[in-house]
Amino acid sequence: MSQVVLFNVFNGLIVGAFYALMALGLSLILNLSGVINFAHGGFLALGAYLAYTLIPYVGFWGALILAPPLTAVLGLVVEWLLIRPLYGKDPLYSLLLTFGLAYIFEDMTRLIWGAQSVPFQVPGWLMTSLSNQYFFLTGYRVFMMIIVAAAVGGLFAVLKYTRLGMRIRAGTRDLDTVSTLGVNVRVLRSLNFGIGIYMAGLAGVLAAGLLGLSPTIGANLIMPSFVAIIVGGLGSLLGTLLGGLMIGVASGLAAVYFPSATEAVIYVMMALVLLVRPRGLLGEEGRLH
Amino acid sequence: MRTDKSARLAVGVKEEKIPSADQRAISRRRIVKSGLALAGAQIAGPFVLSARAAQPIKIGLDNPLTGPYAGLGKNELTGCQMALDEINAKDGILGRPVELVIEDSTSGDAGVAVLKARKLIDGEGVDFLLGNVNSALSLAMAQVSNEKGILHIVPGGHTDAVTGSSCNWNVFRVCNTTQMEANAVAAALIEQYGKRFYYITADYAFGHTLEAGMMSASAPLGGERVGGDLTPVGTVDFSSYLIKAQAANPDVVLFLLGGDDMLNALKQAVQFGLQNKVHLAGAQQEMEPLEGLAPEARIGVWVMEWYWNQPGVPHVAEFVEATKKRTGRVPTARTWFGYVSVWTCALAAAKANSLKALDMAKALQDFHLPPEVALGPNPAFYRAGQNQLVASLFVGEAQAKGSAPDDLFKVTKVVNGARVAGTLEESGCKMKWPT
Amino acid sequence: MLLFAPFWMNAIGGYTELATRIVVMGLAAMSLNFLLGFTGVLSFGHAAYFGLGAYGTAMAIKYWGIGSIPAIVLGVIIATIAAMIIGALIIKLRGVYFAMVTIAFGQVFYFIAFRWNAVTGGDDGLTGWRRLPINFGFAELDIVQNDRAFYYFALAIFAVCVAAMAVLLNSPFGRSLIAIRENERRARFLGVPIEFHVWLSFVISCLFVSAAGGLYALLNNFIDPRALRVDLSGNLVIMAVLGGMRSFWGPLIGAAIFVALQDYVSSHTENWMSVIGLVFVLVVRFFPRGVLGMLRTGAKA
Repeated sequence: MSQVVLFNVFNGLIVGAFYALMALGLSLILNLSGVINFAHGGFLALGAYLAYTLIPYVGFWGALILAPPLTAVLGLVVEWLLIRPLYGKDPLYSLLLTFGLAYIFEDMTRLIWGAQSVPFQVPGWLMTSLSNQYFFLTGYRVFMMIIVAAAVGGLFAVLKYTRLGMRIRAGTRDLDTVSTLGVNVRVLRSLNFGIGIYMAGLAGVLAAGLLGLSPTIGANLIMPSFVAIIVGGLGSLLGTLLGGLMIGVASGLAAVYFPSATEAVIYVMMALVLLVRPRGLLGEEGRLH
Repeated sequence: MRTDKSARLAVGVKEEKIPSADQRAISRRRIVKSGLALAGAQIAGPFVLSARAAQPIKIGLDNPLTGPYAGLGKNELTGCQMALDEINAKDGILGRPVELVIEDSTSGDAGVAVLKARKLIDGEGVDFLLGNVNSALSLAMAQVSNEKGILHIVPGGHTDAVTGSSCNWNVFRVCNTTQMEANAVAAALIEQYGKRFYYITADYAFGHTLEAGMMSASAPLGGERVGGDLTPVGTVDFSSYLIKAQAANPDVVLFLLGGDDMLNALKQAVQFGLQNKVHLAGAQQEMEPLEGLAPEARIGVWVMEWYWNQPGVPHVAEFVEATKKRTGRVPTARTWFGYVSVWTCALAAAKANSLKALDMAKALQDFHLPPEVALGPNPAFYRAGQNQLVASLFVGEAQAKGSAPDDLFKVTKVVNGARVAGTLEESGCKMKWPT
Repeated sequence: MLLFAPFWMNAIGGYTELATRIVVMGLAAMSLNFLLGFTGVLSFGHAAYFGLGAYGTAMAIKYWGIGSIPAIVLGVIIATIAAMIIGALIIKLRGVYFAMVTIAFGQVFYFIAFRWNAVTGGDDGLTGWRRLPINFGFAELDIVQNDRAFYYFALAIFAVCVAAMAVLLNSPFGRSLIAIRENERRARFLGVPIEFHVWLSFVISCLFVSAAGGLYALLNNFIDPRALRVDLSGNLVIMAVLGGMRSFWGPLIGAAIFVALQDYVSSHTENWMSVIGLVFVLVVRFFPRGVLGMLRTGAKA
């Protein structure tokens, strides 16, 4: 039995890493701009479908490199046209707007690429299992871990060592002051949004290799991201990362001990965290209002 | 858009062209095929025609056009449209042209499905109701159709209750019950692979009844359940279930899932190389998930309810050609379901010589479909007292590609539905007819 | 106007059930607005309580065979208790985070309805029951077969709830809610017990929305987990905004427009989701004050 437990924990980490990638993008946007991006799942789907369309021309690797930035560009356009006018207004409006966008994205992907699932080709050598005993360590899942680690590492590096990153971090704490210090807040928000969407697009390409690609692919993945943010801590990216990993592992463990509760367990965790420490595990004080 | 209740000439209505790539939105809700009815009208002469000008008969289709089941719903719609064309080419139903009124039931919102059903019946005044892919929505709609006394055909909702414990005199079903599917495939699995089964089951009516069906079908043959998991619909990651399945050391892992769940589970199972350790199989399989899988993931033993590649069976090739011309793809079981559903309405009306639901329902008891509609090697008929279509089931193996790029399934055995249908009593249907 | 709806509905291409649905959604949207428009707090998870009311009603009829009105009352009680508990849990949060948490809790109930198969019917929903005729002792109202009778029944419940809401809003309690909406800090300085009042507002809002949920279950003779999903929550919010958050009747207008539009569009194109999404976007960008909000400013000018 302990082997199964071990398997599930490992596997949970892998899946959790993926959830963390999604949630980080969402968290970035939320922290700086106060926008709950309901359309995050839609951008994920878009990234996946863009990759699907590109693969015949540039192969899987080309698609992996190109699709996320393309999605980010689309994200920038959306931000500039639709979301920007809403900053400073009641968060209700940006929530409603992204909610509507999610509808539109799902419908448009269905219109363009069809309602049925489409096959997504991943290079054959990635698809096989790396070890007979640890058969769940497929090449693809390990590859996914590496990409996620790289992306997350890259994100944290950008935040810590670049000027842009510093401004984002400062702006997350106090946007008004940052603005008076002469930073162009509009550009900052846009770039921040773009980075968040880049991560969604990347998650989309990775997801397509793991799951079937259909217009509803984004809808299922958005709730775990929310929970990861709530559990990990509002306002903390590290918390979000931890939150994602935790819910992945928790689901995996639940599958062993309480199989019918694999989904419930993440909501139970969320309820517990809210009860005991409302701001989340690594959340910052003063983030509640 | 309301129907013009006054007399209407079946003249001067445009032929609607369906684009061959079925990715265009269907922007017109109503499809009227009357090109040949026009020709018929000219023969009859203008004065006679205006006196006998026929009000169209309306068939209401309340099926998913959006959401996870949209792909299946669209294929059923294609089948309906093809049947509609043929019927109108042959003088319609009782001499009147036939229209299809389409509403999107969504893939899972029963409130909308019921609302649309009422809209079709009360608002549009349809003569027949068709739907739904989603078993639960079929049941909800059946309550409405029974309340209103309208003939209701379920093309592709599988849960047994529709023609079982919740059967109604006015509700008929084309696709198989899950028990029938299980009965068809269980013997083949035990013969070929062994008796130890691990069940990965979708956690809703369809999955539950399929699992119960498999257990009761395999038990008398020595089938043993070594373990199982219920997976929520829309599960994204099956890895923990697959890990458990492999640890239980079965002969066969049964995937009793639908739609995208099936796709995800198979994709991940193949990524794990699970097929090298155990056999992968299941009961119901459809073309749509197979088409969505990468070729190397198309494996396993399954049963399909209808398959396009039936060499030697008359009329099938024409149906396949006609579908390919319309959509660019081969017909799937769903296409056939829609086709049969609409034809059933026409044939029942012709036999009963009436549009009254009660007369038609009585006419359909033990009604045999003609070969050009049955499109299979065994007779296809609606079983009396249950209103369930009994036809053929196709047991076989999924394959990356066969004789043609679309040939994704190798049929190893065609089972006569009558042999696996069980008894009327087992179905649990106690039909009550209105007095 | 509402009283004669079944008669003029068919004339304009509608049908009675559509009118009933508008009434039900209108009640739900107005209940949400009690919290949103009048207290200034956004809940994006109201579908949970709508659904609880619906399931409570459905299960009462299915398992205990009780009458329609008692069933609704039972549904309301269940949902209100849940709202009281959850409200207490989340009251410390505000703004965006409050909204997020309401979304998450909405999903919890969706998920429970989904998984607790034996009791709720799971994904298939709860079938095998229907609304029973109402026995007043001296007369029986057949709301089963008669669509119109049911419409009036729904309208009656609607009227009762709306009247109650109006009374509450005009009371000192109601005025303190508006004070909280306008300036929470100042209200706190004035001695208004903020947390308690927001909690109470939340609970009251959920109470009425669950009554709407009970009606919804009766309307369909069916309930399934979709009624609990975040989609419905979002739709309720847009109805309130579309009609005008700051006005009492606004959400009803918003519900009427939204439900009718959705029905009409989905009959004419399968891309209705895009249209609905577009409605969200347009309302937020160009009509954030909603229909009644605009009419009001128009009248002033």
